[in-house]
Order: sequence, then C-alpha cells, then structure tokens
Amino acid sequence: MMRRTAYTVIGVLILCVMLFPVYWMLNASLQPSGNTLTAGFLPLHPTFSGYKRALDEQGGNLVTSLIIAAGTVVLSLAIATPCAYALSQFRSRWVSVGLLAILISQMIPGIVIANALYTAYERIGLLNSIPGLIVANCSNGIPFAILILRSFMLSLPPSLVEAARVDGAGLFRAFVAIVLPISKNSLITAGLFSFLFSWSDFLFALTLTTKGGVRPVTLGIYQYLGTQVQNWNAVMATAVLSAVPAIVLLIAAQKYIAAGAIGGAVK
Amino acid sequence: MVTLTRTTVAGRAKTRGRRHRGETLTKVLFVLPAVVAMVALFGYPVVKNLLMSLQDYGLKTFFTGVAPWVGLKNYSTVVTDKLFSDAMVNTALFTIGSIAFQFVIGLGLALFFHKKFPLSGLLRSLLLLPWLLPLIVSSATWRSILEQDSGILNRTLLKLHLIGDPVPWLNSPSVALIAVIGVNIWIGIPFNVTLLYSGLAEIPDELYEAGQLDGATGWRAFFHITWPNLRSVASVVLMLGVVYTIKVLDIILGLTGGGPANATQTLATQSYEKSFVDFKFGQGAALSNILIAISFVFAIFYLRGTRRAVDE
Repeated sequence: MMRRTAYTVIGVLILCVMLFPVYWMLNASLQPSGNTLTAGFLPLHPTFSGYKRALDEQGGNLVTSLIIAAGTVVLSLAIATPCAYALSQFRSRWVSVGLLAILISQMIPGIVIANALYTAYERIGLLNSIPGLIVANCSNGIPFAILILRSFMLSLPPSLVEAARVDGAGLFRAFVAIVLPISKNSLITAGLFSFLFSWSDFLFALTLTTKGGVRPVTLGIYQYLGTQVQNWNAVMATAVLSAVPAIVLLIAAQKYIAAGAIGGAVK
Repeated sequence: MVTLTRTTVAGRAKTRGRRHRGETLTKVLFVLPAVVAMVALFGYPVVKNLLMSLQDYGLKTFFTGVAPWVGLKNYSTVVTDKLFSDAMVNTALFTIGSIAFQFVIGLGLALFFHKKFPLSGLLRSLLLLPWLLPLIVSSATWRSILEQDSGILNRTLLKLHLIGDPVPWLNSPSVALIAVIGVNIWIGIPFNVTLLYSGLAEIPDELYEAGQLDGATGWRAFFHITWPNLRSVASVVLMLGVVYTIKVLDIILGLTGGGPANATQTLATQSYEKSFVDFKFGQGAALSNILIAISFVFAIFYLRGTRRAVDE
C-alpha cells in the first residue's frame, strides 16, 4: 500500500514536470503586459488585459479556425466513413491496395502537398479561402479517419447488415440505418481527431494564404512571434485560447483520445 | 404447386442477378469519394512535385505560365548548395536525437505507468496534453520559457548557480539545435508512452508468473519477457517516429525559423524556404522529393523487418 502510494506521488511529480510548460503558458497569460517575462511562478496579480488584447486582435482568427476545423470534420467523415466500411466488410483484392495507399500517404510530407496545392489553388482561385484550407486539411483528416473507423468496423458481424438486407434494404440504406448508429463512438473519435488536426494546422495556413483576409489563429500566433515579442501576455493568452479545444477534448473525451492515438497507428 | 415454386426461384435468381450488378456499382460508390480525395490530396501532389522538380518553376511561371524543362538541374543546384550538407546533418541529428530520447523516456514512463497504482490511468491520459496542443502553441510557449534574458529556464538555472551566464538557447548557433531537439522530445514523449503502454498491456501476465518461477524478475524479466514481446509495437513506434519527425516543420519555424545562422535548417525547412520564401518551386520540390525518398528507404527497411518477423 505504502509502495503504491509512493508510485502515485512519483507519477504526479512526473506529470508536473511534463505539464510545466502548459502551466507556464497559463501563468504568463495572466501577467500584466510589458514585464511578463520577469513574472514569478504564480500570477499573484492576475490581469485579463492579455486576454482582452488577444480577443481584440485574434478573435476573428479564432472564428476562422473554428469554421475551417468544423468543415474539415464534416468533409473528412463524409468521405472516410463509407470507405472505411468498404475496407472492413467488402471482400476484394483491392482492400489491401487501399490500405497500402493510406500507409504510404502518411509518408508524404505536408510541404509536398502545400507545394502542389499552392500552384493548383493559384490557378483556380482557392488561395486565401476557407474552402481551400478545408480541402487541404482533409489530407490529415481522411486517412486517419479511415484507419480509425475501419479498425472499429472490422468487429461488426456481417450478419448485422444481412438481416436488414433480407428485409429488402439496399446496401446504402443498411449502411445508414444500421452501421452508422452503431459506429457512433468511433465516429466521435475520428471526428475529434480531424478537428484537432485541422485546428492545429499551421503549414497550410502559412503556405496557402498570401494576404490577411483569411487567417487561422495558428498563423496569428506565428505573426506575433515573427517580430520582436512585445506583449508576451497577449501571445500567451492567444496560445491558451488555441489550446482550449485540446484541453476540453482531453477532459471530456478521454477514452476516445487514447483509443484514437492507438487505433490510428497500430491497426 | 411445384412449377410455381420453380418459377418463383428462377424469378428471384433473375432479380438477384440484376441486384448484384447494381450492388457492385453501390460498392464502387462507397469508395469513390475517398479514392478521388486520396488521388487529389496525395497522388496529384507527388506527381506534381516530381514534374516541378524537373522544371524551372519560379515566380515568373505564375505570371507567364511558362515553366521550361531543365532536367536534373534543380537537384544539382540544391545538392551543391553549401546549405545542403548542413541541412542533411541537422535533419539526421534532429531525427535521431528526438527519436532516441522520446523512445527511451517513453518506454521508461510506460513501464512505470504499467505498475497500475491509484490514479495511474488518469495521470497517463493527462500526459497526452503536450501531444494534443497545436505545435505552434507549444513553440510559442517554449519561446517564452527559453528566452535568453528573462525566460524562466535561465532565471531558474542562474538562481540555482548551475550556470554563470544566461544560456542563449535559441540565439546561439551552437545550442539552438539542441534546444529545438529538446522541445521536440517533449512533444513526442506522450505518443511514445501511449503506444508502448498499449503494447505492454497486451503481454499476458502468465508469462511473468511463469518467468518468476524460473527466477526471471526485474531486469531479467524485462530482457527475456517484456522486450521480445514488445518488439513489434516498438518497431511500429520507431518507424512512425522517423516518418513523422523527418518532415517536422512547424516546431522549427516557430522556435527559430531555421536560424540562427542556419543552425537549425533541415531538409523540410529548406524546402519550405525555397518554395515559399524564394519562390523557387522547382528547387523546393527537388528538396521535398529527396525528403520523400529518405522516408521511403526507412519504410522499406521497416516493412522487410516486419515481414521477416512474420516469417519467423
């Protein structure tokens, strides 16, 4: 018993070390502007001036990020779910080809996709646009969602759908009426990760926008960092606001997150 | 009565045949959107990069639409650039340094959390936070921690008399790469812990109980039971680690932008700069193709390794 309590204490200490930067971000965001960096370990005189400034300057960018992330979730799931079902249930020699293609896709650096999409977007006018960024972010969302959803759907018994088919439902109707509701948890997991990938995206935001019109919050932070940083509290407040989805998801959807991390990597 | 049944069966077979053809079409429709998306988001970029790397594809191209073929000239230009060998060395150091420490620390923590003590599950999931944060958020936070004059790290080290003068973590060419690797290790540890922990959890307890009878406890249990059973998960973790780390861009751009004096330039940051700062897309594409080639070499080694493991 003593020993197990000691383990818990060590575990808490490890966590404190690992999460110190996250605490520091929060602490620095509550410090008065100007002398932020000479701040102590505790925000003894907390002020929200950093947040006020962050919302004034980055509020619109946060909304932009939110729209892009939501769009990515919808588009990724709409495209990935039927495919994941096919890869898990249809008997075809193409299944292994599809899986290999998805694995290889994970090796393509984002900069390769950005290079090509930039030239294509430039021609069709999708630079500096929200739809353009949604499509680009699906390159992270779709393969991951297919892997997660497929690993869950592999466990679905074929008899489930066959029963509905006997009643005369077409393949697609059976998919919508039976497979989708039963896959709710894995759809949530895949959706959460698609959201986080897109919300965190920096590379496409940096390369596929050339002027100020559409600016996700990650790019806003980068531009804060570009010049000599004057107001660390505003930068850190923006960082905290950008970290909120990750923190909320970790607390609200703990079991989905760990399942996703494992499911996406080891099939 | 009998004939009636026969015709019904025949009729049913006919509808089933018609339905079968319709069903093949439905099945194709299930995968078609994903195939189109994968071709557009991965196939097209790879082909386009191969083509661009053989063209003089620059700022002019966007105005005139002309991109003359130049053969392998882009490759020879980027490879003979004096920055190229530095970028190669930095990429290697960044990848090997990050992976080695992430893996060893990750394995240590996974073994620790595997001891199952009160709150271990909760602590383990909270540990995932650094991995879930947007990379640019982590970069910004570490920039403030590592700031030379007033960052909390230097202030603490000075107060503890561990250093005499503030360390220019991100401002000195000799330590910047180490600092960037350190931050990347911090980001990657949770991922390693989670996957290795899931691998540990799959090893049946009976193996350890049997091992105990043979006197295999502590380190001997680790080398004779844990490691052999963890090897396949470990190789997946390492392969994914290499593939993900070698293309890291966000962290380096956020922390140092490749500086100071190009001390943290990697193939990925070089490729970004060539394309989107210098607008020499041909050269940027050539660099990113070299990056893909290196990733593939690792993946092939990995696939051959796992196939051999399966054959055994």
